[in-house]
Amino acid sequence: MNEAVIPSAALPKGPFGLRRNLLPAVLFLAFALAPLAVAFGADPFFQSILIRIMIFAIAAISLDLILGFGGMVSLGHAAFIGIGAYAVGILASHGIEEAHVQLPITLAVASLFALVTGAISLRTKGVYFIMITLAFAQMIMFFATSLSAYGGDDGLTIWTRSQVFGSDILGNRTIFYYVTFAVMLGCYLLCRAMVVSRFGRVLRGSKENPVRMEAIGFSPYRFQLAAYVIAGMMCSLAGFLLANQAEFVSPAYMSWQRSGELLIMVILGGLGSLHGAVIGAAALLLLEEGLAGFTEHWKIILGPLLVLVALFLRQGILGLLTGKKNND
Amino acid sequence: MTDTPLLRLDGLTKRYGALLVTDNVTLDFPEGELHAILGPNGAGKTTLMHQVSGLIDPDGGQILFEGRDVTALPMRERVRRGIARTFQITSILPGFSALENVALAVQGRSGSSFRFFGIAASEKALNEEAAKLLSLVGLGARMDILAGALSHGEKRALEIAIALATQPRLLLLDEPLAGMGNEESARMIEILKRLKQEYTILLIEHDMDAVFALADRVTVLLYGRVIATDTPDAVRASPEVRAAYLGEDAA
Amino acid sequence: MSTTLLVVQTLNGLQFGILLFLIAAGLTLVFGVMDFVNLAHGVQYMIGAYLAATFTALTGNFLWGLLLALPTALVVGIILEVLVFRHLYERDHLSQVLATFGVILFLNEAVKLIWGAAPLGVPVPEMLSGNVVLMDGVLYPVYRLVIIGAGLAVALLLYFGVNHTRVGMLVRAGASNPRMVSALGVNIGRLFMIVFGFGAMLAGFAGIMVAPILSVEPGMGDNLLILAMVVIVIGGIGSIRGAFIAALLIGLVDTLGRSFFGDLLRLFMPAATASQTGRAIAPMLIYILMAAVLFFRPAGLFPARR
Repeated sequence: MNEAVIPSAALPKGPFGLRRNLLPAVLFLAFALAPLAVAFGADPFFQSILIRIMIFAIAAISLDLILGFGGMVSLGHAAFIGIGAYAVGILASHGIEEAHVQLPITLAVASLFALVTGAISLRTKGVYFIMITLAFAQMIMFFATSLSAYGGDDGLTIWTRSQVFGSDILGNRTIFYYVTFAVMLGCYLLCRAMVVSRFGRVLRGSKENPVRMEAIGFSPYRFQLAAYVIAGMMCSLAGFLLANQAEFVSPAYMSWQRSGELLIMVILGGLGSLHGAVIGAAALLLLEEGLAGFTEHWKIILGPLLVLVALFLRQGILGLLTGKKNND
Repeated sequence: MTDTPLLRLDGLTKRYGALLVTDNVTLDFPEGELHAILGPNGAGKTTLMHQVSGLIDPDGGQILFEGRDVTALPMRERVRRGIARTFQITSILPGFSALENVALAVQGRSGSSFRFFGIAASEKALNEEAAKLLSLVGLGARMDILAGALSHGEKRALEIAIALATQPRLLLLDEPLAGMGNEESARMIEILKRLKQEYTILLIEHDMDAVFALADRVTVLLYGRVIATDTPDAVRASPEVRAAYLGEDAA
Repeated sequence: MSTTLLVVQTLNGLQFGILLFLIAAGLTLVFGVMDFVNLAHGVQYMIGAYLAATFTALTGNFLWGLLLALPTALVVGIILEVLVFRHLYERDHLSQVLATFGVILFLNEAVKLIWGAAPLGVPVPEMLSGNVVLMDGVLYPVYRLVIIGAGLAVALLLYFGVNHTRVGMLVRAGASNPRMVSALGVNIGRLFMIVFGFGAMLAGFAGIMVAPILSVEPGMGDNLLILAMVVIVIGGIGSIRGAFIAALLIGLVDTLGRSFFGDLLRLFMPAATASQTGRAIAPMLIYILMAAVLFFRPAGLFPARR
C-alpha cells in the first residue's frame, strides 16, 4: 500500500545502481591492484606517484564535499594539508612519533582551525568567501614561515615516520601504499554516505537555495560550518600522509597555488561526484609528471590546458566519460 | 483563547531611507481566518509579509504570534513556531525532485538533521507525509519530476506543499496566482479553498475575483498604511477604498 | 624603537600601500563591475616590471622605458581580455578561478622562457637616485618618495575619472548595479574591455615603478595579488575609495608590524618571548585585520553594492 504511495524512483536506487557504481568501483579496484604491476617489474617510482595521487585525491574529495555539495568555493583548502603535515613534523621533532598520538592531535588542530576560520568565512558570500578562505590559508602559511624553530621558510625534515605502536611499518612502501589507499577509500565512502544522509540533503539544499532552507526552518550556516569542519579534518589526513611520504614539511604545502591545484583537481575530474575528485587528482598529477618529462617549461602547456578546460569542459573528465553534455 | 488573535501586528513600521514602506500597521488575525491584503503596487504588501515571516526586520513595532513576541526571532525560528510562507517569486529547490522538496521540509521538523548516515531519500515516514501533501495540492502524479522541470503553476503548488510540510499554524501566501493562466488559476483557487478549512491564511493577491471569493476579511494598504480592514463586502462598498484603489477595477 | 626608524618605516609603509593601491584599484573594479574573479591580475604587475626592464635597457633611459612599457602593458591586458577573459564573464566564479589560474601558470613560465629565471635589475634613474634629508640624520631615497608622489597623483586622477567622467559614472553604476547598466543600453562589452585594460595598465604601472627598487623575477606578482585581494576585500569590492584607504592601512600595518610589533609586545611580556612572538605574529597581522573587518562588516568597509 505504502509502496504505491511512494513512487519507486524516489527511492535511491541510484546510489546502489550498477551504472553509478561501475566507474568508481573500477577506479578503486585499479588503485588496489596497481602495486601488483610493481611486483611484476614496473618502475617502483610509479608506486610513489600513485601514493602521491591518492594523497591529493583525499584532499580533493574533501574539497568536493564542501564545493560540489555545499557550494563553498574555498581557495584555501591546502591550509589543512599544511596543518596535517606540520602536526606530524612538529610532533616528530619533539620525539612524539606515535601515530595514535599524532592523529588525534592533527584532527583536533584541523577542526579547531576550520571551526574558527569557517565561522568567520561563512558569514560572507561569493567572491568574499573565496578571498577570505585564501587569506586564512596565507595567514597560516606565513605563520609556518615564521616558525624558525621548525625550519621556517626552509621547511622541516622528518627523521622518523609515524610509528604504529612502536613499529616502523609505515616505512614499508607497500604497506604505506595500502594505508593511504584505505584512508582514501574510507574518506570516499564516508562522503558518499554523508551526501545522501539527512545532513547531506540539508547541505545540498543550502547550496541550491539558502532562503528556501531558512523558510522551512533550517540554518544553512550551521550545516555549512559542520561540513567545512569535516572537510578540513579529512584534508588534514592528506597532510598527515604527505608528511610521512615526503619525510619533509614546508610552508609551500599551504601556498595558494596548492589550494588552486586542489580546485583544479575537483573541477577537472568533475564537480560533485566525489570519485571525480580522484580522477582529477590522478589526471592533474600525471599530466604534470608527463609534461615535466617532456619539457622543463611544462607549465606553459598546462596553463592554456586549464583555460581550455574552464572554457569547454564544464563537467570535467567525468562529463566526457559519462557523455553528459558539456556546454550548458 | 478567543481573546488572543493568532497573529497581532502592533504599530509595525519599516523605512527604506526616507520612504515609509510600512506605516504604523496594527492588525489582528484571528485563528481560522483567511485574511487578504490588497493594495496597488508599491503599497508595501510584500514588505509587510517579509516582516511577519522574519525575512526582514521592522524598524519599530511588534509582531505577536500566539500572544508571544516573535519580532526578534529569525525566520527559521518562526517557522518552528508555525509561520510558513511562499514567495512572490517561486522559491523551491530546482535540482531536487518535487517529493524531496517536500520531504526535506518534513525533515526540518522531525528529528535532528545532524545525522550523517542513513539515506534521507528513503526515509519512509518523511516520504509518505510528503506524498500526502503533494496529493493535496494536486501534484500526486508529479512527485518524481525535478522541481525545476515543473510548469509554473505546478511550482507554485509545490511551494505551498513545502510550506504545509512545516506544519504551520499560519500560512503566508504571496500572490499564489501570479503569472497563472485561467485554468491554472481556477485549480489554485480550489486548492486555496481546501486549505482555508484547515489553516489560518494571510494572502496577498492582485486577482480581485479570487480575493472576494476566498477572503473572510480584507485589508487595504496604501503607501504602507492601512486604509481599511473589514469584510470583503464592506471593503468593496467603502468609498474611501474605491477612491483610493478600487476605483477603476470595481466600476 | 627610535624615531628615525619609525619615520622611515612609516614612509616605507606608505609607499608599499600606494603600490598596493595601484594594483588593487584595477582589481576592485574588475571584481565589482564584472563580478569577475581575476587571479591573473598579479601577473600584469610582473609584466609591467619586465617591460620596464626591457625598454629601459633598450633605450638606456628609465623615462623612455616607462613611456614605452605603459602602453605595452595596456596592449597585453587587452589581448588577454579578448583571448580569454571576455569568454568568462558569464561563467561562474569557479571557472574564472580555474582559467585565470591557468593564465598565471602560462605567463609566469613564459616570462621565465623569454627573460630567464634569474632576477633582473633596473638601475634607479640617475636624476632620482639620491637621498633627501628628512630631519636630522634621517635620509630617505628620493626615488621612493617619487613612487609615493606618482601613486598619489594616479589616485587623484582615478578619483576624478571615476567621479566626473561618463565612463567613470558607468563604472560606478556597474559596480553598484550591473544589471541596470546593461539595461541602459550601454555597450557592456566595450565598458568591460576599457575597465579591464585600464586595470591591467595600472597594475603594469605599479610594476614599472617598483622595477628599480625590487628584483624583477618570475612569480613576483603572485604574493602581491593576494595582498591586493586582502585590500579590496577590506575596502569593499568595487570601491576605489575603499581600496585606497585599505591599501594604505595594509601597507602601514604590514610594514610597521614587522618592525615594531615585537617591541609593542615587550610592554606586556619578557623581551625574548616578545620578539619571538612578534616575529611569528607580525606577518599574520593583516590577515587578522581582514578577518576582524569581515567579522563585523562582511561586505568590507565601503561596500559599493547594496
